[in-house]
Amino acid sequence: MGIRERLSGNEAIAIAFKQINPDVMGAFPITPSTEIPQYFSQYVANGEVDTEFIAVESEHSAMSTCIGASAAGARAVTATSSAGLALMWELLSVAASARLPITLACVNRALTGPININCDHSDSMGARDTGWIQLYSENNQEAYDNMLQAMRIGENSKVMLPVMVCQDGFITSHAIENIELLETEKVKDFVGEYRPENYLLKKENPVSVGAYATAAYYIEAKRAQAQAMINAKEVILEVAAEFEKVTGRKYGFFEEYMMEDAEEAIVVIGSTAGTAKEAVRIMREEGKKVGLIKIRVLRPFPMKELAAALSHVKSVAVMDKAESFSACGGPLFAEVRSALYDCKTRPLMINYIYGLGGRDVTVENIQYAFESLKEIKTSGEAGETYRYLGVRE
Amino acid sequence: MSLKAKDINENTSWKDLTLGCAIFEPMTSAAVNTGNWRTMKPSFNEEKCKQCLLCVPVCPDCAIPVKDGKRTDFDFYFCKGCGICYKVCPFGAIEFKIDDKKEV
Repeated sequence: MGIRERLSGNEAIAIAFKQINPDVMGAFPITPSTEIPQYFSQYVANGEVDTEFIAVESEHSAMSTCIGASAAGARAVTATSSAGLALMWELLSVAASARLPITLACVNRALTGPININCDHSDSMGARDTGWIQLYSENNQEAYDNMLQAMRIGENSKVMLPVMVCQDGFITSHAIENIELLETEKVKDFVGEYRPENYLLKKENPVSVGAYATAAYYIEAKRAQAQAMINAKEVILEVAAEFEKVTGRKYGFFEEYMMEDAEEAIVVIGSTAGTAKEAVRIMREEGKKVGLIKIRVLRPFPMKELAAALSHVKSVAVMDKAESFSACGGPLFAEVRSALYDCKTRPLMINYIYGLGGRDVTVENIQYAFESLKEIKTSGEAGETYRYLGVRE
Repeated sequence: MSLKAKDINENTSWKDLTLGCAIFEPMTSAAVNTGNWRTMKPSFNEEKCKQCLLCVPVCPDCAIPVKDGKRTDFDFYFCKGCGICYKVCPFGAIEFKIDDKKEV
């Protein structure tokens, strides 16, 4: 029944990669994801994996390496953070549009500037529209579990899209917690081999990848790519159901915590969910009807499912660990609020920008957000919807 | 089963495109008339031509066919009218004018 260990989030990802034994890793170090290729290169040096480790000169080259390897028919992986992900930007779209199921471990860190090495979601939030599937993790266990599921999702013939598995920099990546690993044999059975239908090294069927598409074809190419993301929803749930059979651990598009009779709820991504669950637990003991939704799958966005989960709630705060400088709220707020638009009854909804650049988020911060939601519910007025949490006024 | 590039045209549904627009056969350029991009057009004066063949390697495409060691008339299916052959010809054997007919 699994292997009990205590690992950091970065160690958990490195060990998942070791158990999976991918064909190629192209990677460049950047805080706080550096440890992933660092640990993994030791496995390579020790002969514990067969992976071709390609030390490149930049993240642009890291993703280019993965694209070349994946097009050739290999299972390719990488890891990065912040500015590293930003430097991959151009290639993220190339990977997705060429339908190459590369796997990327994103250790979330704030984008510069001011220059900052700590966690927020500005890096992967910025990449949310590049055509990658995005899975977010609350802790080391979820980072590991999401990584084991990532390849099954991305490599499915109905999907064929790259997958980004995100965890919070330092908070998750460097904090050591208990974890239950799957035996390596079971990992190999579950993840399986990557067997694409066509690839550059298949001599029976030569192929060109990355061709030009004129205006007469580009929109059709994008429509086909959009369908792959639509198909991914079903595949994500199928893979999660199989994963539950093997491990007993249940995953969906999002986790609902104390939502059944909740009147006030927050929507959150990543490690803050752990803190927020403690706030919910305390407030429930005080008899308050509060609940929480933790987003696991941001791309594809579970719009209908979120609407169903939130429509009965009276007031909701969407928590964004990233600015979008729209002057009216963060990216998650815009999408969650839009998801509720078609509901006949819908909650009052506000946005909190919080935790930027590694600012600590406390149980008291979350309780404050819930108190605001209670005021909104009582008054029936949302007031200013674009708010900051934990900022010095 | 994926369609071949030659079977994909401007009536093809998005459902029938190949995965990631991959192309599964060589020489697909032969299926696309790029000569119609042309606004200027070279013309070949065989009498003035000394067959020095300077024009052949400078053509960025394959628009100057060579047969038995001699160049022949332009292949306008590919010629985009860049005029490099006209510039390089030492004998005035290539004229370069506005392409009003757009013949291919």
